[in-house]
Amino acid sequence: MGAVEALDTAGAWAILSAQKRAEAGGRPFEIVNLSEAHRHLLATVANAMPEPEPRRRTIPGRPGDGLAQLGQEVAGGLRGSLDSMAFFGQVVAHLGGLLIHPRRLRLTPLVHHMQEAGWNAVPIVTLMGFLIGIVLAFQGSTQLKAFGAEVYVVDLVAISILRELGILLTAIIVAGRSGSAFTAAIGSMKMREEIDAMRVLGLDPIDRLVLPRLIALVILLPVLGFIASMAGLVGGALMAWIDLGITPGMFRTQLLADTDVNHAIIGLVKAPFFAVIIAVIGCHQGMQVSGNAESLGSHTSRSVVQAIFLVIVVDALFSVFFAVWGL
Amino acid sequence: MAREVVIEVRGLKNQFGPNVIHEDLDLDIYRGEVLGIVGGSGTGKSVLLRSIVGLQAPRAGSVRVFGVDVRQAPRAEMARVENRWGVMFQDGALFSSLTVRENVEAPMRERTDLDPETRRALADLKIAMVGLPPKARTLFPSELSGGMRKRAGLARALALDPEILFLDEPTAGLDPIGASEFDALIRNLQTSLGLTVFLVTHDLDTLHATCDRIAVLAERKVLVTGTIRELMEVDHPWVRDYFHGPRAHAALLAAEG
Repeated sequence: MGAVEALDTAGAWAILSAQKRAEAGGRPFEIVNLSEAHRHLLATVANAMPEPEPRRRTIPGRPGDGLAQLGQEVAGGLRGSLDSMAFFGQVVAHLGGLLIHPRRLRLTPLVHHMQEAGWNAVPIVTLMGFLIGIVLAFQGSTQLKAFGAEVYVVDLVAISILRELGILLTAIIVAGRSGSAFTAAIGSMKMREEIDAMRVLGLDPIDRLVLPRLIALVILLPVLGFIASMAGLVGGALMAWIDLGITPGMFRTQLLADTDVNHAIIGLVKAPFFAVIIAVIGCHQGMQVSGNAESLGSHTSRSVVQAIFLVIVVDALFSVFFAVWGL
Repeated sequence: MAREVVIEVRGLKNQFGPNVIHEDLDLDIYRGEVLGIVGGSGTGKSVLLRSIVGLQAPRAGSVRVFGVDVRQAPRAEMARVENRWGVMFQDGALFSSLTVRENVEAPMRERTDLDPETRRALADLKIAMVGLPPKARTLFPSELSGGMRKRAGLARALALDPEILFLDEPTAGLDPIGASEFDALIRNLQTSLGLTVFLVTHDLDTLHATCDRIAVLAERKVLVTGTIRELMEVDHPWVRDYFHGPRAHAALLAAEG
């Protein structure tokens, strides 16, 4: 060892493992001519030599494993939805408390979230509505031309946008935009123990974090949906004018004559329900985040997926409901 | 005796908005010493560390590590320098989605071509060297106590057998027993591995127990450097308060036993 100039822990480990193997095999192994520094290093490493871990046998898969896993996933899913229900119940209870003591509502965070989730979403929602209007008018006109029924493009655009698409697509955009933001913000607060700190200080996280977001969305999602629908009508009218020569004046006359205001009302009625779904799922997923960064990511994506899925399911239920009522 | 300078900081200037943290800061760190950095809150101890390891681009000045300018060196040269230092952040800064062992293996995986078995054995060795029990190997950072996280952070900093070790407040938040164990650990690793240690700390006991030399940050630069004995003679209000306060006396008594 006298010729060794530099030795690091990896080298020391290699020497010591060789020694261990040699001694196990009954061969002599001696380390000689150590410098003082290297002796110290070898001693430190020898002290810390990890015991080789017993190799764990891999357990061969049994036929029931797949079934057991399926069962676990179903049970996990059920538990998850029960949790969400419980959280929703808590939020409703706090909302009730707020009705009794309206003073408990903080205006500053409410306004802040209204700006974040509402006002700042106006450009994207407007653009989306406008483009959807254009697409519908364009596709509708090519199909309706075959029947000589071009003028009904107005009805097609108006009814589909006012009743369904305007509000549904707005909800989907808001779920992607604000639902994910809610989860990420609350989730990172959870990771940094800010939520625990709030609890200890006697601040209720639902009052402080969830309710302002929920109320902001409930107020502003109908407004956003309305803006998107109007933009959609403008887009539709523009395309009808360019493609079919239906002037804006004719579009307006046809719109007022044929399209009942009920369509717009039905569309807007759904908005607050969608808002509750997005806000509650976003906040609940945020609260579920545990210690690591991975979990923040997976809960954020879960929040968006679940919110969009539930929005579409509820929209379908509404369709059936209104159809049965003959609206 | 001319000692080899491994880190050379010259004319460093750091500024956040109108707030000047460092101005004309000079500092030399010699091979094989443990240098303690002390200073009041907000004097830029951590900022100095971040400037040296290249996480913070200074406004002016140069930082040379092993003779390589960390601000101007090409990628490949910088990578060679990075292989020769290890950094332990204040709370460990472990990757939260990896287990302790995977955390320690991460730099080896990235920077070496060791086979998985050796990598794993070396990671286990580092984990044992910093005094973590074997069962900690497969735990995630969120399952560790604060002291264990610091040790795991140290194990990761040591993964590539660095020559320079940067430690940011290694004993902050530890109980006194844990803290003195940590001091002994650093001292022991330093002597057996021949490390150069750059230690940012508030802890007077750590200064007494581990540091060969201390640099005091105040008035935007390194005010003085020297051994504790030398610094106790310095006539500057902050330095006097720091080394003659009640805590300093207790630490001195403890160190002299």
